[in-house]
Amino acid sequence: MDNTILLYAALLMGILGIVLGVIIAVFVKLFSVKSDPRVDLALELLPGANCGGCGKAGCADFAKVLAAGEVQPANCPVSSSEQIAAISLALGIDAGEVERMQAVVCCRSDIGEVRKMNYNGVQDCVAANMVAGGPDECRYGCLGLGTCARKCPFGAIEIIGQVAVVHRELCVGCGKCAAACPRGVIKLVPADSEYHIYCNSPEKGANKRHFCKAGCIGCRKCEKLCGSKFKLSGFLSQVNYADGAVVSGEEVRSIHCPVGCLLSVEERLEAAYNKVKGNKK
Amino acid sequence: MDNSNNVNNIKLPTGKKLVLSSSPHLSAGVNLRQIMGGVLLALLPAVFAAVWFFGWRALGVIVWTVFCCVAAEAVWCKFAGRPVWKNVGDLSAALTGVLLALCLPVSVPLYVPPIGAVLAIWLGKQVYGGLGNNPFNPALVARVGLLIALPAAMTLWTPSRGMLDADYPERSSFFRAADLNETENADALTCATPLSVAGTMPKITGRSEEAENNFSRFANRDLWKRWFFGDRAGCMGETSVLALLIGYVILVALNLINWRVPLFFVGTVALISSLIHYLWPGVTPEPVFHLLNGGLFLGAVFMATDMVTSPITGAGCVVFAIGCGVVTSVIRIWGNYPEGVSFAILFMNALVPLIDRWCGRRPFGYVPLRKNNGGDR
Amino acid sequence: MTFSGGIHPVGDGKELSCHQAVRTAPLLEKYFVLLAENAGKPPVPVVKKGDKVKKYQLIARADGFVSANLHAPTSGEVGGIVEVPGPMGVPAAAVEIIADGEDAGEPPFEPLLNWESIDPEILKQRVIDAGLVGMGGASFPSHVKLSPPPGKEIDTLILNGAECEPYLTADHRLMFEKPEKVARGAAIFGRILGVRRPVIGVEINKGDAIEALERFEDRFGISVVPLLVRYPQGSEKQLINAVTKRAVRSGGLPMDAGCVVQNVGTAAALSDAVMKGIPLVERIVTVTGDVVFSPGNWKLKLGTPAIEAVKLAGGVTEEPGKLIFGGPMMGFAQKSFEVPVAKNTSGILLLPTGVSVNYEASGCIRCGRCVQGCPMNLMPCLLSTAIEADRFDLAYQNHVMDCMECGSCAYVCPDHRPLVQNIRRAKAELRK
Repeated sequence: MDNTILLYAALLMGILGIVLGVIIAVFVKLFSVKSDPRVDLALELLPGANCGGCGKAGCADFAKVLAAGEVQPANCPVSSSEQIAAISLALGIDAGEVERMQAVVCCRSDIGEVRKMNYNGVQDCVAANMVAGGPDECRYGCLGLGTCARKCPFGAIEIIGQVAVVHRELCVGCGKCAAACPRGVIKLVPADSEYHIYCNSPEKGANKRHFCKAGCIGCRKCEKLCGSKFKLSGFLSQVNYADGAVVSGEEVRSIHCPVGCLLSVEERLEAAYNKVKGNKK
Repeated sequence: MDNSNNVNNIKLPTGKKLVLSSSPHLSAGVNLRQIMGGVLLALLPAVFAAVWFFGWRALGVIVWTVFCCVAAEAVWCKFAGRPVWKNVGDLSAALTGVLLALCLPVSVPLYVPPIGAVLAIWLGKQVYGGLGNNPFNPALVARVGLLIALPAAMTLWTPSRGMLDADYPERSSFFRAADLNETENADALTCATPLSVAGTMPKITGRSEEAENNFSRFANRDLWKRWFFGDRAGCMGETSVLALLIGYVILVALNLINWRVPLFFVGTVALISSLIHYLWPGVTPEPVFHLLNGGLFLGAVFMATDMVTSPITGAGCVVFAIGCGVVTSVIRIWGNYPEGVSFAILFMNALVPLIDRWCGRRPFGYVPLRKNNGGDR
Repeated sequence: MTFSGGIHPVGDGKELSCHQAVRTAPLLEKYFVLLAENAGKPPVPVVKKGDKVKKYQLIARADGFVSANLHAPTSGEVGGIVEVPGPMGVPAAAVEIIADGEDAGEPPFEPLLNWESIDPEILKQRVIDAGLVGMGGASFPSHVKLSPPPGKEIDTLILNGAECEPYLTADHRLMFEKPEKVARGAAIFGRILGVRRPVIGVEINKGDAIEALERFEDRFGISVVPLLVRYPQGSEKQLINAVTKRAVRSGGLPMDAGCVVQNVGTAAALSDAVMKGIPLVERIVTVTGDVVFSPGNWKLKLGTPAIEAVKLAGGVTEEPGKLIFGGPMMGFAQKSFEVPVAKNTSGILLLPTGVSVNYEASGCIRCGRCVQGCPMNLMPCLLSTAIEADRFDLAYQNHVMDCMECGSCAYVCPDHRPLVQNIRRAKAELRK
């Protein structure tokens, strides 16, 4: 076989490679987008979940305003305190301080054994809530069809026995679930508060008892004992998060909620799991 | 009526069984199985024709293919965690099986249908998410896959019932000279389809006497009549135009297909082939040849009209069908393959999302924004 | 005459009750007259617990323009403003009236026997006083439609006698038994709007009603238009299209096409309000369904609980799987038999489990039946697929807001997909 053919081929490919390489290099230089190295740096250090919890369109958007100094690293609800410290160090700006939030599903319809009607249709809370006001007796409780769980970018919401429960360690408080819930059962509360009232119905206690064994009856025991840490709206007691109230374990034990609405996040999760196990048996 | 006013005696509802759902609360009561069953019913004439012209082996191949397709569906559903009986029970796999069998030659080796079934059900349908999500007609995916993978087995034609008679017109065109008088061992006889014969003939462009006479052997009314009834070599289900037309009438009567698709598909092929034939008679035979041969009617009536892979609106269906016709004609007249219906339909299947977009409907009373002038008198 | 698209429900269940003459219900002990109606602001109660009321007495006054008066259906004592299960599934406020058994009361308004010659404004005021609302379904206060804004010229008045919903026969019986009232009501509406020849559109499956109405064509200067049987002919836009061939622009009101549509029931109530001076306190309700012992049509007072209506119809033969207020295509499923009859309750329908549709979460096979059936020329299957993927923007581009939720698409869907519910969800999300 003629070796020159091989030679020509190798030569041609080599030259072609060099020429194309030069062209590409030129174009890269010509059309390069000038990017702020600080933005790139910030973007690299951000979690990249694009959850929107900071109020921006995504991490890239947040990095831009971060580099411009319009917001502080702590505005990212996802990053841990170490990560925030790293960002503030890298960008040379103040880390800032923002109150961490977490989502709480304020309903115990599983424990209360709220009667669910036979429902036939789209398995989505928004859709179901439009059919005769929702397929359960309680107008305020969790429907348990999982719209919030599907919206959560962090997989922090689990549907246990037809009611949503938030896993605290995964929740970053971005608020997507609260926005998606058609009944407003999910509340954003300060992350350091441990105890919450797991009911969302402002109806009269007597009315609630017809269909739910676990709803707040508005007895005001908590309000009497702890004063301004609780407030009553309708016939529903709520922790007064707005005034920075944090209920301690001792207070909870002294109140000893007669219906057991006042629970810690862990106790609620455990109760939900136990209920499912009990039902299976 | 006696006890209608007797309040103590009447049965009152308790409301325990009440179901909540969004309106409407009634249904026409049509379900998937009925639709697929209707199409299967429309395929029955073609199945009868296949058995009539190609013998009992045809029925055997059809049953075997259907079994393979249903089994492939069941296996996939089992492993994908989908309800097996619900998916098999809607008869869609059985329908794919019949359609696939009808576009196989009768002499196909028995290892081909299982391969075809896996291609059709797994590659053609389930990988996309199952019935309704497949962009291509599963039976055609399998047919084209087999045609490329096993070209010899897929083009092994045996003569139909009438072709063994000595008075079959133009017999010598379809048999090798050595086989012409072979009658003892008829089962092992092979022959050619009219399309493959035409495909091997030279194309003579321009107008000359030679060109005029190039395809004159097919201009035989007796031959056309036999082709119409289905007496020719070819895939089992494609030969009998009559049976397929009966199927078309059934489908339209049961409102299972858009009637426009077969009409415009066949019409476009007829138009283009007649145009080319009268321009250059040496390039392609007359339109009647194109209409009666190959899988045109099988494709137009049963494949192109597949609900899942055809456009939704009437206008879209017309565009789709015309596209199918154009591509078919181009492949048949100038392409390397003698037959182009399968490729044409698959190609147009790929364009369906675009067609749906272009041919979307305007809402009732829709006024474009810029001339929003209130009442429409 | 008819419109394009739409469906023809087979076995529409009308034969259950279409030959049953309208009967008047016996007096009950208690009535729960709902304050809130579907459309418009709820009226403000003007009575309180313990008040004695006479029949026809005003118990709640209209609050604003898009609101309607409410009158006592019978005489008795007000038991209070109570919460009862409402027709939308959530508890609703109602005036409880404990009947005294006398059912006594004077007509509160002066009869206007010379309506043909008096000022249309007086007639319009009577519509407001009598608390008339659209009795076909939406219960939109009637006088709103009679007050076109300046610049909108109304040249056609159509009375909706299509009653295209399966099972319902209330309007049919009304037109057959009281054609004079319907025709006179049409003429009065025509006089208020200044429309010369009001039209009554009736589907041809109600031949006896058409015949009955035609006898009054000349006397009241109306014309009866027979329409082919097709659902949803009773939808305003489709009815206008069927009768006049005009198309109401997308997102527009019938007024934009120079038309006003009123229900035949409303027309009959108007006739009573003008000739006898009585407000709207009762209506004809079809109590029907495959499990009802003896289906029929009853004249029920507002506030009659559904269970009482079922009692009138002899109870049920088996436990119903669905209770619907209105027709089976657009009516609302109810949670409770305690829901009272309102001004827009055209039917109380009890369907067995097997007859009512069972929606499934299966995939679309793109058969296109919904596209053929959609009277608004939409593509419900594509909308629904987009919405299931949360692509509300795509649904919006494909005109999801034009959907009127008639249910034709879900009715014909061979996969029993919840198309209408998906579309409702998208509309709710998009309105946010």
